Amino acid sequence: GGAGAERGAEPPAPERVLFPPTFSVSEIKNKQRRHFMFVRWKQQQRKEKLALRKKRRKEREALGDKAPPKAVPKTIENQRVYDETTVDPNDEEVAFDEATDEFAPYFNRQTVPKILITTSDRPRGRTVRFCEQLSTVIPNSHVYYRRGLALKRIIPQCIARDFTDLIVINEDRKIPNGLVLSHLPDGPTAHFKMSSVRLRKEIKRKGKQPTEHVPEVILNNFTTRLGHSVGRMFASLFPHDPQFIGRQVATFHNQRDYIFFRFHRYIFKSEKKVGIQELGPRFTLKLRSLQKGTFDSKFGEYEWVHKRREMDTSRRKFHL
Amino acid sequence: VLSPQVVWDTLGNKQFCSYKIRTKTQGFCRNEYNLTGLCNRSSCPLANSQYATVREEKGECPALSPHTIGASVPLWGHLAPLLFPPGRCYLYMKTIERAPFPSRLWERVLLSKNYEKALEEIDENLIYWPRFIRHKCKQRFTKITQYLIRIRKLTLKRQRKIVPLSRKIERREKRREEKALIAAQLDNAIEKELLERLKQDTYGDIYNFPIHAFDKALQQQDEGSESESDVEKEEEEDEDKEETDEREFVEADDSDISDFEDMDKLETSSEEEQEDEEETEKKAHSKSKGKTPLKGPTRRKRPHLEIEYEKETEPAAKSKAS
Repeated sequence: GGAGAERGAEPPAPERVLFPPTFSVSEIKNKQRRHFMFVRWKQQQRKEKLALRKKRRKEREALGDKAPPKAVPKTIENQRVYDETTVDPNDEEVAFDEATDEFAPYFNRQTVPKILITTSDRPRGRTVRFCEQLSTVIPNSHVYYRRGLALKRIIPQCIARDFTDLIVINEDRKIPNGLVLSHLPDGPTAHFKMSSVRLRKEIKRKGKQPTEHVPEVILNNFTTRLGHSVGRMFASLFPHDPQFIGRQVATFHNQRDYIFFRFHRYIFKSEKKVGIQELGPRFTLKLRSLQKGTFDSKFGEYEWVHKRREMDTSRRKFHL
Repeated sequence: VLSPQVVWDTLGNKQFCSYKIRTKTQGFCRNEYNLTGLCNRSSCPLANSQYATVREEKGECPALSPHTIGASVPLWGHLAPLLFPPGRCYLYMKTIERAPFPSRLWERVLLSKNYEKALEEIDENLIYWPRFIRHKCKQRFTKITQYLIRIRKLTLKRQRKIVPLSRKIERREKRREEKALIAAQLDNAIEKELLERLKQDTYGDIYNFPIHAFDKALQQQDEGSESESDVEKEEEEDEDKEETDEREFVEADDSDISDFEDMDKLETSSEEEQEDEEETEKKAHSKSKGKTPLKGPTRRKRPHLEIEYEKETEPAAKSKAS
């Protein structure tokens, strides 16, 4: 009755709708009417927005060269709180530090990386398969079953057998959820939280297994000192000379403190086009702590520990 | 002066007993002095005036004894149980003579640490007692010693540290990870990086894209002469089309033609190349490296050519097909 009549009267003039100043769509009690008014209000908003945009574009064209530059939208990366430990590429002190830290023998090509991959106690099928796939990705790596041995006893044995790195994949409730990466001749130990692990069969691609060629390594966005040291840790896992015939690349991409690992095969279709195909497992890591010596949870000297209450206060502050 | 039989008939058997827990098949007794843990006429400590149990109590903590008050004791860590050594076992006995004195009801005897000696002690103390109680006491004592041994062994091994997760934090981190993944645009970043490396010649001579240098040179040329080039381009296109047409008629290798075509018509063909290559990318990820398969532009131009030069190309096409 009344609602229908009103609706019949109003649609002919949707262009010029004048609402009384204290009117709010949400105060109408009748649901149908309220919905109708809301839809109309939305349409009006959209029209106004479009008109505004057109006007701005006309103004910009009219001004021509003198137009103010287009506003760059704010992103979290743009608004990132400036970290004082950001590495300047020309910094001498950093270069000197890197020349004398624990990875110097690797970067001077004195040592060849040899990696031991193991898990926590009693690994379940998924973790085991993940370890196997990881060992195909990282050349010169060996998977060993952990028979309830203490890490502190494993480490001297590894050093004796010339391993340079130790990876321990921690498992909880049948899924891998943590990664401990320890550089062996008393190098730093990094503890990561691992999430979204995808095994090879879960990745949507149609390809073959990765070959034995040494892959290239891409490390993106490791800007601060901490990021640098973590990046070097990852770099030291792979042998120095990648075999380009293999056309495989392992990527560690840091974005907002999450490190994404991907393993691809690429092909250059032209000099401006490259196609990539994902093989291999993928996972994301989040750094939890970085320890100076080898793995020692009680008496170790921690270089960096993620303290939630202090470090997670700002949404624009990142540490890697 | 409740006779045990009456107690059992009311509490244990029929009415409510607060220590009793019933399941479908069986009843259990929660009483701490119960010998077997089941709710039975012979195992109920309330319904038997002569009863005995074996229980273990915490041992004395050596570090916290009055002599070593000043020492700092690590109460955390997986070695904490060692400070309270599990176990000394006691034999508790209840006799009918002490029934009216509830505070003195249970008599306890410390059993020796030696297993066999302790069994003898049980026998001594429970001499002339019903066989059932004696037997069950010894069984219980055996079980207790076994699990105490196991506890001691396990505390020496590594123990899993259980870390509590905060649901809010987990949800927040998951969400942030998703957003970071979207912001990362991984595929683009990787492709850009690889192209950068190609430009900087890290791959050396593996990929021969000779076009690269010519590209730059031609760009520089064209920046100088923009106005004239339009007309010239059209003329060039026509000429080249004629040339390619003739070549197709004769039919040499496709790859040679493509190379020639590239060098001559870079600006016009680059966009078309990209469009075609996007199509081919979607079709198949071919793994053959090597020369740029620029059959796209040539394919696209053939229909054009056919339309313009009907007289010449049609017989050629027909001969090829047949």
